[in-house]
Amino acid sequence: MLKSSLNIKVDRRDAKLVMAHFYVAFIALLVGGLAGLLQVLVRSGKFELPAGIGYYQILTVHGVVLGLVLTTFFIMGFQLAAVSKTAGTFTNKQRTIGWIGFWIMTIGTVAAAVMILLNEASVLYTFYAPLQAHFVFYLGLTLVVVGSWAVGTTIILKYAEWRRANPGQPSPLLTFMALVNTMMWTVATIGVAATVLIQLLPWSLGLVETVNVGVSRTLFWYFGHPLVYFWLLPAYMAWYVMIPKIIGGKIFSDSLARMSFILFLLFSIPVGFHHQLLEPGIDPAWKFLQVVLTFLVVIPSLMTAFSLFATFESYGRSQGATGLFGWLKKLPWKDARFTVPFIGMLAFIPAGAGGIVNASHQMNQVVHNTVWVTGHFHLTVATAVVLTFFGVSFWLVPHLTGRKLTKKMNKLALIQGYLWAIGMTFMSGAMHAAGLLGAPRRSSFSEYGGAAQAAEWIPYQIAQAVGGSILFIAIILMLYIFVNLAFFAPKGEEEFPVGEAANQTEKAPMVFENWKLWLGITVLLILFAYTIPFIDLIKNAPPGAQGYKLW
Amino acid sequence: MHMHKFEKIWLIFGVTALLVFLSVLGVSAFYLGNQPPSCLAVVDPTKVDEHETFKEPGLKKVEGKDWDYELVFVAQAFAYTPGTVEVPLGAKVKVIATSKDVIHGFGVAGTNINMMVEPGYISEIVTTFDKAGEYLVLCNEYCGSGHHLMTSMIKVVE
Repeated sequence: MLKSSLNIKVDRRDAKLVMAHFYVAFIALLVGGLAGLLQVLVRSGKFELPAGIGYYQILTVHGVVLGLVLTTFFIMGFQLAAVSKTAGTFTNKQRTIGWIGFWIMTIGTVAAAVMILLNEASVLYTFYAPLQAHFVFYLGLTLVVVGSWAVGTTIILKYAEWRRANPGQPSPLLTFMALVNTMMWTVATIGVAATVLIQLLPWSLGLVETVNVGVSRTLFWYFGHPLVYFWLLPAYMAWYVMIPKIIGGKIFSDSLARMSFILFLLFSIPVGFHHQLLEPGIDPAWKFLQVVLTFLVVIPSLMTAFSLFATFESYGRSQGATGLFGWLKKLPWKDARFTVPFIGMLAFIPAGAGGIVNASHQMNQVVHNTVWVTGHFHLTVATAVVLTFFGVSFWLVPHLTGRKLTKKMNKLALIQGYLWAIGMTFMSGAMHAAGLLGAPRRSSFSEYGGAAQAAEWIPYQIAQAVGGSILFIAIILMLYIFVNLAFFAPKGEEEFPVGEAANQTEKAPMVFENWKLWLGITVLLILFAYTIPFIDLIKNAPPGAQGYKLW
Repeated sequence: MHMHKFEKIWLIFGVTALLVFLSVLGVSAFYLGNQPPSCLAVVDPTKVDEHETFKEPGLKKVEGKDWDYELVFVAQAFAYTPGTVEVPLGAKVKVIATSKDVIHGFGVAGTNINMMVEPGYISEIVTTFDKAGEYLVLCNEYCGSGHHLMTSMIKVVE
């Protein structure tokens, strides 16, 4: 890696742009967390929402604000910081494009939020047609996506500039990773942009009467699955590059890290059918093909797991650890920058196992749309990813604001991580268990006409409320830490940790920077997996569905 | 590009396990016929009541097919028709459903019956009810403010 472009500190002007993203992200955490608390309380059956507020309105807030707003804003900010740090300060033009993107995303977020609060858009974050929201809701979501493209442009321009300045050199690892995620996001969001712009907006404006439900769902899930990898890859950036530096170790292999990111680019997108396995209108052979493609991400996932634990073990042994697991004791457990993301890594083990069940051609039938799925993604995005983002915030926020993570805040951060682990064990564990008994996701409290089966679910729902309440306390703690680090912590220098590869002499193969090749294969895989079933959905379409507002 | 020996072993083991796993799914799907519900038939969502299959929802005995009964459900916000139905123990049944309005999720707790019901499409699944009891039918895809009140009951009786 070339040292010349590596900034010791992220430039103040770039830092402002990053912090702007983080303010929105953490406001989203507060709003979405509060909505989550209300949901678990309602579903315990012991609490009712006041003032005629609907459960599904709150649920829409929770999904949109946490699944789309918190994640997108945090990720865009984090990637900007990583690129500015490793590829150099943005030019004024690049930064201006970034600010334009930020404001477009923010305006879109506010527009969508207002519609949800006015109860004009209680359609959940998946907004499945023919439930029909106010057109401003769809417009707002479009702006969030378009804004994210602008922020992504900043990253792409910086990368191109770096490559021109350093011919024949592999780009800095963090910049490379941010670029891969930006490209995956761009290719994936074309799907959701298409369904919103071509189908849902004209339909909600009354320009067309009906909508093709099968097509809109397929376009949504073409986007919906890479969306989860868009959340995950920034966490992997922290795991691969930052955590090794934090513990004092080395990156296991720079080249293999790049290879795993390329594999995620290829195999994240042509796989949306595994969310549609139980749907009519799609031939099961095409579903099976996408199931196989889905499972190919097992390979980079295994590579990642190996690299991380190899880094941990190598470091422990270099510190004199002996025995099979002696190295575990050498890890810096008292450092929240390591321990909080580590809890996330541990959560990813059962999360991945559950994901294998969900994507399986047959087992999906047992768990589809049960609360098991909710339990699953609260381990993936709401533990593995979010705890890593929190772990990043503990050093990145003070780095950007010229402050320090104090011992006291570090301790609070550790408590926050432990509380999260305890709360999520209750909540996600109870969700998995109830899901296997058939309890549905996305449903308010119900006794289902006194059915005996539904009565069995209620104890699990109470456990979810206990876990969810603990999680809410952890969220409040996190917000307190964020505000401290942003505004009140003592002035100082906080390190931006960027790891070095264990083998410095090995240069990453330049083929990894050949985007014509990788984007070409990505597009071919998408065309292969989607063309025929998509044409079938259009050719064999039933009469279109008219819109309904049923809330 | 250098790959550590242990990583090679780990990946060979992992990829082999993956291939075995996918083969099991494939054999189950294409040889044993365990495919997810994927009916390709369509219906006009505004004319469900006039449709041959859906004009009389409920259980019907059929002859000369791979299944003994057809159990037809019509979903609409926020109810299933029929609201309760009795099925003889051990019967092999094709469950057929569609929606008159938005998307619903036809789930039967305690069984593997689980399929999306979408306006314009017909959804089907074949199953055998081999345990007596009351099985709650619910909606597991959000369909509006009364989503959690949408139920039916399948009573499997001797």
